[in-house]
Amino acid sequence: MTFHSILFERPEDRTEPWPAAPDFFIDLNLDQVVDDIIAGREEYGLKPFFLAPLKSVGAIEYRHEIMRELEAARTRDAIQSFAQAMSRTRRYWGISAKIIDKNVKQGWFLNAVEAYCDAVGGLARDLEAAGPKSRGLSSFLEYLKKYAESSEFTSLSAETKKVRADLSTAKYCLLIRGNQFSVRKYEGEAEYSAEVERTFQKFKQGAAKDYRIEIPDFLDVNHLEEAALDFVAKLYPEIFQGLDAYCARHPNFLESTIATFDREVQFYVANLDLVAQLRATGLQFCYPEVSESKEVSSRESFDLALAVKLMREKSYVVTNDFYLKGDERILVVNGPNQGGKTTFARAFAQQHYLASLGCPVPGREARLFLFDRIFTHFEREEDISDLRSKLEDDLVRIHAILDKCTPNSIVIVNELFSSSALPDAVFLGKKVLDRIIQLDSLCIYVTFLDELSSLEKTVSMLSTIRADNPEVCTFKIVRRPADGLAYAQAIANKYQLSYERIKERIRS
Amino acid sequence: MKVLLMHRDRTFDTQRKMPPNELALMQDLELGVLLSAMAGEDKFLQEVTRRAILSGLADIDEILYRQSTLKDCLKNHRVVRDIYKVAEETTASEKGIWGWYNPYKSTDQILGRSVKVLQLCVGKLNELRGIVDQHSGEFESEGFKALFAMLKGELSDEYLASVQALLNGLESSDGTLIKAELGQGNKGTNYALCRQPEKKQGRMARVFGTNEPRQFTYSLDTNDNTGTEMLSKLRDRGINEVANTLAQSSDHVLGFFTSLRTELAFYVGCLNLQDLLTRKGEPTCFPTPRARGGRALSFEGLYDAALALKLNQRVVPNDLNAEGKDLVVITGANRGGKSTLLRSIGLAQLMMQCGAFVAAKSFASDLSEGLFTHFKREEDTTMRSGKLDEELRRMSEIVDNLSSDSAVLFNESFAATNEREGSEISRQIVGALLERRVKVFFVTHQYEFAHSLYERKMANAVFLRAERKTGGERTFKVVEGEPLETSYGEDLYDRIFLGAAPAPAPAAPATTR
Repeated sequence: MTFHSILFERPEDRTEPWPAAPDFFIDLNLDQVVDDIIAGREEYGLKPFFLAPLKSVGAIEYRHEIMRELEAARTRDAIQSFAQAMSRTRRYWGISAKIIDKNVKQGWFLNAVEAYCDAVGGLARDLEAAGPKSRGLSSFLEYLKKYAESSEFTSLSAETKKVRADLSTAKYCLLIRGNQFSVRKYEGEAEYSAEVERTFQKFKQGAAKDYRIEIPDFLDVNHLEEAALDFVAKLYPEIFQGLDAYCARHPNFLESTIATFDREVQFYVANLDLVAQLRATGLQFCYPEVSESKEVSSRESFDLALAVKLMREKSYVVTNDFYLKGDERILVVNGPNQGGKTTFARAFAQQHYLASLGCPVPGREARLFLFDRIFTHFEREEDISDLRSKLEDDLVRIHAILDKCTPNSIVIVNELFSSSALPDAVFLGKKVLDRIIQLDSLCIYVTFLDELSSLEKTVSMLSTIRADNPEVCTFKIVRRPADGLAYAQAIANKYQLSYERIKERIRS
Repeated sequence: MKVLLMHRDRTFDTQRKMPPNELALMQDLELGVLLSAMAGEDKFLQEVTRRAILSGLADIDEILYRQSTLKDCLKNHRVVRDIYKVAEETTASEKGIWGWYNPYKSTDQILGRSVKVLQLCVGKLNELRGIVDQHSGEFESEGFKALFAMLKGELSDEYLASVQALLNGLESSDGTLIKAELGQGNKGTNYALCRQPEKKQGRMARVFGTNEPRQFTYSLDTNDNTGTEMLSKLRDRGINEVANTLAQSSDHVLGFFTSLRTELAFYVGCLNLQDLLTRKGEPTCFPTPRARGGRALSFEGLYDAALALKLNQRVVPNDLNAEGKDLVVITGANRGGKSTLLRSIGLAQLMMQCGAFVAAKSFASDLSEGLFTHFKREEDTTMRSGKLDEELRRMSEIVDNLSSDSAVLFNESFAATNEREGSEISRQIVGALLERRVKVFFVTHQYEFAHSLYERKMANAVFLRAERKTGGERTFKVVEGEPLETSYGEDLYDRIFLGAAPAPAPAAPATTR
């Protein structure tokens, strides 16, 4: 099988990235998630890869295979050193392009090619040793081996080594006297440093402080160094002629498939880096079973953006479970404010979106749905330039969503109609839910209304509070019928305002 | 080059973490008094002796090694103090050589200063060699013999001369010869200062002209200021490595003197202490350490060295034979010498385990894994919680760090509540400690507690009582005896409030022995 891309097995699996992040990215904090994943890898331009969800289970499995394989230290290290060497290649090449002095320019060019040869040779060796089984990595390895054995590459590599070896023999001495310096070949003069070290060896004990002075050094050379280098070139003319000819022979040494692989494979590495950091704090990630079944389930899932934020604050995120079975389609989430309801909804949608990219998802295990689109309706700041009322605005937006929504869509609704009168809110809420029920879409519906949690196809979930201190939320969302009284009762007890207590206290 | 006077096989570790009960020991055993006697105002001596005393040895052989070194010091105290002086002077003089603190330091300065420091050290090494040559025959201990042999071997005349020659070579130079290679982007790298080849001035050179190799020379324009600076940077780069090596070498050589000073400091402290105690006419002896786990404790003429140093008279010594005992309970008259005895036992244990002599005519005890003190704190102003609460918190901290074959000294602990409750707490704690093979010394005036222990007739317990003569006069001597119900506080009350009998001084009347 010919190698196409490490991200897409076949040309027809390729999906075009959206030109910009869709609205739901902000609502679901997916923009933060993507930023967290690609942080530190700006040079690769990875963002478009996260704006192109896959359309088939097969395309997702292609990525899972590769991702799993890259979790093995050996494969991972192979890619890591390859990436580092390729990054050096680009950097050195860039420096060389900007420099005018011929000896220096060619020096940097040689460094760039050296790094490139290291990258290719190293990856061919290390990846072979790792023995990849995934379709993506194994067919890439085949391609890479062929290239590494081609005369194009082997001669490049051999010549590079030869030129470097020659240059390393060009040792010289600088004799500085007053305002002048002379350059001559090095003739084996003894180094003081070694003599000093030898003399005082017997006093040596443990680690020593570093007294070396930081002498600012810039990549570009100054005119004295250029002059000195020019003298060295005169002292060793054959060596420098060899370098000149070498540079002329290999102006474009970088192979395009290798360069593309270098960029694309970072999609995996970037994901796994963040996953590893979070796993170290005890959180779980898994490769979800993605299918067209709406019986989704997940254990110990969490909001990835929140988890990263809390990790940086040395805190931890609460995980939650959910499942839908039979004809259940809608999770209606109820409970006290600040109890983790929105976070729960985000976690649900993030899991699905990440799964559609072929990424590992938060949670110990997950069965997820291959959706066509995601819609979110979150509360907006009121826009005063718009004459519509908030209620009207809510209705317009939800209407637009329901218009485009299909049975294969995921809808996340957060506190709809919260600013309207209670009967209105109940009435409209039921209407909206009825539409979603009819559509048979998957939905999370976060609300403060108990009345909405007992319709058909819906499952009621509650955010919970600590039994011993009703003021503290556990951020655990559990499958349980809504019961607005329990929390109120607990708060009442705490403040001695329960029915019995008030009777007792008032007794004269 | 290791000094190895504190341990046979390793250097004394001055960075070692001190035990968590450091402060309690300092306070309860009045170690401050002892340290002042050993070190005076000398911060360095204080630091090293404090560390030595608080990080006791766990091995009989190691203790005997220090004892024999200390015996040598007592015999040759002048020579030992001379060697200590050389080490002290070297480390002090180095600080006087200017250079480190200049923020604009250059490689030239580092190089120059290092050479000066090393010149100083060579002088002092010669001085040290002189002392060794003259006195090494007078020492008998393994530690000193090995040290002197090492110094003779490593600091031979040839070696000292070669160091001198190297330093002289570095101080004078005709131009700077720097070796370099081509690095990244063909930039010069691996700069290294080289020794200039000797100029050939033989007959051949005169006939065929100079033997200078082929070279190209670049002269800076007189107004090329950037060039001048770059050239000096280039030179800096060339010297950087050797300046670093020299500075590190001077650190290492100074490190040797510091190490010599450190390893002698404890012994110098012991010499100082011995001088003071001898002047007071108080005896000292080298104790007999017994194996860990085999319960041993016997002494004759044991006294509290800290108390002796504070007072102008001799203090009352005590004798005891408590072989095979896990528990020592001390009861009896208030201000009758109970706490003093407890402190003197703790102090002697610490002194023994650091390899020093102890304040006694004879002393033997098994090695302890750790010594802990739990004294009631009457004047603790930092205390925030209630008194019993505070005591229990301290006890809990001690328990965190206890292991079997440790020893705990209790001084009137858990008396901050009523006697029944306090006794029960004490009983439970002591019972658990004994079960876990911890040695317990308990000074208490809680009769119920002491008596209940006595009633158990444990073979591994001994009960001592502050002695008093008929007529209420205290002797400050503590002898074996069953706990008595009456406290002698009434006596004290009578004396202080009613001015009854004449107060005997805390020091011993001559009649006690």
